[in-house]
Amino acid sequence: MSETTATAPKPFDWSSPEAMAKRKRRYAADRRLRLYGLVSILVAIGLLGILIASLVVTGYSAFVQTKIAVEFTADPENVPAEDPGAGNFRAVVSNAVQALFPEIENRRELRTASKILSNGATTIVRNHVIANPGLVGQTFTLEVPASDPFDQLNKGVIDRNLPEDRRRVSDAEIELFESLEARGLVSTPFNWGLFFNADSRFPELAGLAGAVVGSFYALLVCFLISFPVGIAAAIYLEEFAPKNRWTDLVEVNINNLAAVPSIVFGLLGLAVFIQVFGLPRSAPLVGGMVLSLMTLPTMIIVTRAALKSIPPSIREAALGIGASKHEVILHHVLPLALPGILTGTIIGLAQALGETAPLLLIGMNAFLTSPPGGIMDPATALPTQIFIWADSPERGFASRTSAAILVLLGFLIFMNAVAIYLRQRFERRW
Amino acid sequence: MNMLTDAAVEAVLTEAPKETLKMRGSGVNVFYGEKQALFDVNLDIRENQVTALIGPSGCGKSTFLRCLNRMNDTIDICRVNGEITLDGEDIYDPRIDVVELRARVGMVFQKPNPFPKSIYENVAYGPRIHGLASTKSEFDAIVETSLQKAGLFNEVKDRLHEPGTGLSGGQQQRLCIARAIAVSPEVILMDEPCSALDPIATAKVEELIDELRENYTIVIVTHSMQQAARVSQRTAMFHLGHLVEEGPTDKIFTNPDDKRTQDYITGRFG
Ligand SMILES: Nc1ncnc2c1ncn2[C@@H]1O[C@H](COP(=O)(O)OP(=O)(O)O)[C@@H](O)[C@H]1O
Ligand SMILES: [Mg+2]
Repeated sequence: MSETTATAPKPFDWSSPEAMAKRKRRYAADRRLRLYGLVSILVAIGLLGILIASLVVTGYSAFVQTKIAVEFTADPENVPAEDPGAGNFRAVVSNAVQALFPEIENRRELRTASKILSNGATTIVRNHVIANPGLVGQTFTLEVPASDPFDQLNKGVIDRNLPEDRRRVSDAEIELFESLEARGLVSTPFNWGLFFNADSRFPELAGLAGAVVGSFYALLVCFLISFPVGIAAAIYLEEFAPKNRWTDLVEVNINNLAAVPSIVFGLLGLAVFIQVFGLPRSAPLVGGMVLSLMTLPTMIIVTRAALKSIPPSIREAALGIGASKHEVILHHVLPLALPGILTGTIIGLAQALGETAPLLLIGMNAFLTSPPGGIMDPATALPTQIFIWADSPERGFASRTSAAILVLLGFLIFMNAVAIYLRQRFERRW
Repeated sequence: MNMLTDAAVEAVLTEAPKETLKMRGSGVNVFYGEKQALFDVNLDIRENQVTALIGPSGCGKSTFLRCLNRMNDTIDICRVNGEITLDGEDIYDPRIDVVELRARVGMVFQKPNPFPKSIYENVAYGPRIHGLASTKSEFDAIVETSLQKAGLFNEVKDRLHEPGTGLSGGQQQRLCIARAIAVSPEVILMDEPCSALDPIATAKVEELIDELRENYTIVIVTHSMQQAARVSQRTAMFHLGHLVEEGPTDKIFTNPDDKRTQDYITGRFG
């Protein structure tokens, strides 16, 4: 700065070619940045679209089910009126098949024809008669599911034009099925069984009821544990805890806990809840406890954020007229924070709903043909059910796997929508 | 020293004997962590008078006010020493019940802060937690008289069950005053109660303060010299954590002893 003869800069020429070129480059950079962002978003949406589309393409057929209208006769010879449950329904079904195809004479062919109906047909007819005892001695029409190969045939998954040795149904079987179609006995209604049946070895009968109920119980347990514990812990940390090294340590560890891989919690559940406490394997109780370990840190973090967001003026208002600490918290801060807490809770539960690894470790991937009756009964959950089905070789399970994923996604979208609704509905009213 | 004796003489000369001492701070020091915000403040608050605290921002007016009902207890890093008495009792004595103290020494804040509940609930909340009323008609009576004393009843009597947050700023502030009155305090502390209000609402609140003086002792922090002059009987001037000067409002504004007070009220700093 020793030079005293500082020359004044020349006036900047905004219209010189260099200046204009530079400005042009700057605008080009703006446009590029915008373009990169746009491309990234399109890639993300595209990938999501491909995922959903492929699920829908493979899964949509599981939402309908091929059914065949069959006339059954519960003749008293096979079905005793005094105890319909003890009847020989196998004979009832096989008589009905015989009646469908009067031209068949030998037993082998009859057995082949019976395979068009689901293996569960006997049970379906039996349950129907037990529910309606008046049907004994009567003839009635019932729509029973077609077995998996014929379901796939009807849905076009199995191509009738392939050579016979390359498909799972023979020409003779196709002929039988086509005769049923010609008589108008084949229909494909919405597959309520997907929601109301439990798991089954036969894909045409397998449904998600057991998994939905199991997931519900597990989430219930998870909610009942993590909601009160999370809120109480958050209130302590936010409102009572002194700010010192110990509470800092607790805080850091809670944040770390939220990042622990879920399979670790599964191992913990296996080692502690099942082996030390002796709780039953595969039970939603244990599943919920393990899931609550995972949601608890999220709950605490979300609740603290919600409590923090309540303006101090509300606390001061209450303190200023002599409210004690618990009154300030329970009468004012907590109710105002509740929408935020609920939003976080639902998002935490939605995460828990999709969790698979810890549930596999505690055995919630058992094969169960009836929904759990309570939190101590063995159960599966939606994600583990998907896991089981994805592992099954039958064609019918492939589409059911995709359908189950769609159902799970549906639940998740619903829960997140509720969370968003709550957030918007109750946001900031002071 | 001279100033103190003068103030004492003044007090004896100008005040009628009915004026009794309500609160007294002696040797009050306040620290926020390492930082000292108040230095050896000695200030008397007289019953049924309005005491105005003035001074440039950050000089410790709010800090002193918040010592009077121990609102500073809620700030972790805040430490108070010295003695503050209410009717001769040390309010920092460990045996003192803070909940009762805050009911006796109510507070109105700078920004109107009604609860996000109905107007009725806002006023009834204090009496409910302290158990001042038990039947519906008792609550109704408290709500009505409190709103009346706060000059708000006629404006809201048809919508007592609508949210208090739906009122205008000035109405909200009078609702906060009604809420403070509802627990029958002896002292009401007001921290710049009009700074968020428009001139008309301010005039209403000032009028109200003048009426309230009959039944309550009032300490008000204000940024506005005119307001201090209009509503207060006594004024205390703070500067950089020190109490510079205290005395009858007329005297402080016309003939202050301290140069800093003179400079402040004539707008030379602040
Ligand atoms: N919660 C707090 N934590 C730390 N320092 C504070 C806090 N509140 C006030 N102070 C400090 O104390 C001093 C006095 O503040 P305050 O009493 O609010 O001043 P005034 O109300 O006169 O403007 C200021 O320097 C301020 O920075
Ligand atoms: Mg202030």
